[in-house]
Amino acid sequence: MATPWAGLLRLGSSLSLSCLALSALLLVRTADAAKNSEDVRCKCICPPYKDIPGHIYNRNISQKDCDCLHVVELMSVREPDIEAYCLRCECKYEERSSVTIKVTIIIYLSILGLLLLYMVYLTLVEPILKRRLFGHSQLIQSDDDVGDHQPFANAHDVLARSRSRANVLNKVEYAQQRWKLQVQEQRKSVFDRHVVLS
Amino acid sequence: MSEVLMSCFLFNIEDKSYNGGGIGSSTRMMDFLEEPIPGVGTYDDFNTIDWVREKSRDRDRHREITNKSKESTWALIHSVSDAFSGWLLMLLIGLLSGSLAGLIDISAHWMTDLKEGICTEGLWFNHEHCCWDSDQVTFEDKDKCPKWNSWSQLLISTEEGAFAYIVNYFMYVLWALLFAFLAVSLVKVFAPYACGSGIPEIKTILSGFIIRGYLGKWTLIIKTITLVLAVSSGLSLGKEGPLVHVACCCGNILCHCFNKYRKNEAKRREVLSAAAAAGVSVAFGAPIGGVLFSLEEVSYYFPLKTLWRSFFAALVAAFTLRSINPFGNSRLVLFYVEFHTPWHLFELVPFILLGIFGGLWGALFIRTNIAWCRKRKTTQLGKYPVIEVLVVTAITAILAFPNEYTRMSTSELISELFNDCGLLDSSKLCDYENHFNSSKGGDLPDRPAGAGVYSAMWQLALTLILKIVITIFTFGMKIPSGLFIPSMAVGAIAGRLLGVGMEQMAYYHHDWAIFNSWCSQGADCITPGLYAMVGAAACLGKWSDSNDCFLVVIMFELTGGLEYIVPLMAAAMTSKWVADALGREGIYDAHIRLNGYPFLEAKEEFAHKTLAMDVMKPRRNDPLLTVLTQDSMTVEDVETVISETTYSGFPVVVSRESQRLVGFVLRRDLIISIENARKKQDGVVSTSIIYFTEHSPPMPPYTPPTLKLRNILDLSPFTVTDLTPMEIVVDIFRKLGLRQCLVTHNGRLLGIITKKDVLKHIAQMANQDPDSILFN
Repeated sequence: MATPWAGLLRLGSSLSLSCLALSALLLVRTADAAKNSEDVRCKCICPPYKDIPGHIYNRNISQKDCDCLHVVELMSVREPDIEAYCLRCECKYEERSSVTIKVTIIIYLSILGLLLLYMVYLTLVEPILKRRLFGHSQLIQSDDDVGDHQPFANAHDVLARSRSRANVLNKVEYAQQRWKLQVQEQRKSVFDRHVVLS
Repeated sequence: MSEVLMSCFLFNIEDKSYNGGGIGSSTRMMDFLEEPIPGVGTYDDFNTIDWVREKSRDRDRHREITNKSKESTWALIHSVSDAFSGWLLMLLIGLLSGSLAGLIDISAHWMTDLKEGICTEGLWFNHEHCCWDSDQVTFEDKDKCPKWNSWSQLLISTEEGAFAYIVNYFMYVLWALLFAFLAVSLVKVFAPYACGSGIPEIKTILSGFIIRGYLGKWTLIIKTITLVLAVSSGLSLGKEGPLVHVACCCGNILCHCFNKYRKNEAKRREVLSAAAAAGVSVAFGAPIGGVLFSLEEVSYYFPLKTLWRSFFAALVAAFTLRSINPFGNSRLVLFYVEFHTPWHLFELVPFILLGIFGGLWGALFIRTNIAWCRKRKTTQLGKYPVIEVLVVTAITAILAFPNEYTRMSTSELISELFNDCGLLDSSKLCDYENHFNSSKGGDLPDRPAGAGVYSAMWQLALTLILKIVITIFTFGMKIPSGLFIPSMAVGAIAGRLLGVGMEQMAYYHHDWAIFNSWCSQGADCITPGLYAMVGAAACLGKWSDSNDCFLVVIMFELTGGLEYIVPLMAAAMTSKWVADALGREGIYDAHIRLNGYPFLEAKEEFAHKTLAMDVMKPRRNDPLLTVLTQDSMTVEDVETVISETTYSGFPVVVSRESQRLVGFVLRRDLIISIENARKKQDGVVSTSIIYFTEHSPPMPPYTPPTLKLRNILDLSPFTVTDLTPMEIVVDIFRKLGLRQCLVTHNGRLLGIITKKDVLKHIAQMANQDPDSILFN
């Protein structure tokens, strides 16, 4: 009897994932389309020629107008030299998306900031709070080896995880405790015993 | 099928996967009234998976779905969606890897330039983008514009003078130290598995090892964030290796959305192979090179179906990255090469010289880096990871700032070295004297070097020495670090130096025989940019024992043409042969051996004439093999055996006298089943008999009920006889991915050979330290 529901759930999740994928693609496309008009440029590099010094020109011009005659200031160039000067210039049309850059940097810095705050909380604030709440009777966590010293305790652990927890807060607390234990194990393997990732 | 679904709703989905469900064997039909216990069929951390079991489970699952699909349209849709799920997963992996790579690239560019200054109009722009639409860039100084202010300008409002230089220097070192400190603290506090390159561990995971949490979501987040910090701090490391790790994390996390991959470790490893290909594809902009990298370097088993899927994932990732457009010119990599000048046959001699240099560099680097890592592992040095990172960063930053070629980021350095100098370039490296009158700006003849080129050569030589020395100490620190870019930089610098030397020699001595016959006066004969490219390919040489076609393919995809295939291949082959002559192992294999991972090298020949009975346990003077009997042990007996020994599995025999083999049972499954039975089943006590047969043995009345554990017994363990040559045994282990193999003599069980024993034996035969194999 579970089959139709489970199948429905799976189909639903696959569909939602496909929708997510498509929307991500669309977002990327629209980000491209909704360009800032200032995010295009025509860059012309003109090397020195005879007595005219080299120069770089950046102009906010559409692609069809991106050539030497429209972009380069030909005031200082004499009439017969214009053609030779322009032949040496190389004009390229470039686009960018400043919105993408801004959004990316903001996302990155916010994630970094959140992680730093959480790190400060974990390393500095939490021990102080714990010490205030539990006094000086600290529970020292046992240093279990990675091995199987208490095989049946581990099994108990495995089975206990299969029961669902009713209280949400309990769940969060439990998940955080388990995560901390995992990180501690990892830290021991990597930093202390140099067993993995020397 | 319904039991499997019910069991997957019984527990949470975590990134430390619990593959539920029973073993796919023919006894399932008899046991369909019994629910499979959650946790049975999963593996402990730091253990090897059983490839045969996983593959047969997947085949059973597929067979059930196909059989059921004929029953109803719903089941048909289900089977279609099951087949389609693999491709959908690849699409998602490509999208996620591409987006993360775009994030990493854009942030790394911005933060690298943050060490030097800031853009006052749009704080999020790096140096290049700040001056992007500025009208005031000059031809001589392409980087100066009023919107970009260096730190000295912001702090003491002046750009010139010794004091401004000191302020810039100080701020550079300060930012570098800050970034490195943040990186190593985040790694230490949140995800210690995020350090290093990741490729040796991924290689081991793909061969069947389990490292829980290595490809989890915290590792992904921390690796992404700290990779940007590590690259921005100016250290001599790259981001290609960590990008492979990031892509594999994405693959692992996305596997949880699909039942087919979440519960089966073998199928999951196929997905991880494809994800690794996507990772290299976004790192270099080379999808084909990525697939070849996954095939040659990282994957253990690579079926043809995976080839197609990897290619698809790599293409999607490359396309996503291109859409994000991190470099503003629709290129994926910073150093895409666009020249097409021809090369000459006599130039093969300097190319082979570059290959020899690359081989020497590879051998030297592997030896010294492994020695340093071993020192870090065994002495006091390893106790101070944070201080080590800070010291190395300080040294790198202090030595790097004065020289403009070390101050710029390594990718920029490589792209400048790959660049062929034309009329439009005004950098120091392109400061040639122009003594001609032609009006075309394309192919220029060989020109004599100006003063700028000579000073650039000196600076590049110093850069080369600095990079060679500092990379040895940087790779392996407790921050994400990759190896491709620094090696390419070393090779590119050597190549460019040689190229400019050849170019000047061709100009000043154009009457020599070799130059005369191939180079006509006034033609573009030698291209130093090509030498830089060939040098970079040569120095990438020594990753593993096998041929590294993927390097040549990556370089060819970077250059966009087949013109330079012959020089690249010549240099790569030479480099590989020289490095092989000096030392057998590649850098990743050396790290695998250093860490003692149980990685059975799939390509080496085992050429000794030992037999299975020389390797099997127990040895001659050891106690007898610990076995379980099929129906005469009590629960208490079994529990005693489990707590007294640490073996990960036990053979089951008919009786201790006959020692005839019934099957093999895993320790973890036994523990979970017994614990479950004690809780759930009525009447099971310590004196209950455990039986593995089909029917309960005849019991006298008033005895406690028996416990049937046949469903966790593997009824088809692999056996060899004691006189089987070890060549064949090693081959069986490699080809089938076994974890253990039982040894029989005249039909009776004699002993057991595990993968660890095989590895120790190989190490012993190769005169290495057999005690260095740590894990099972």
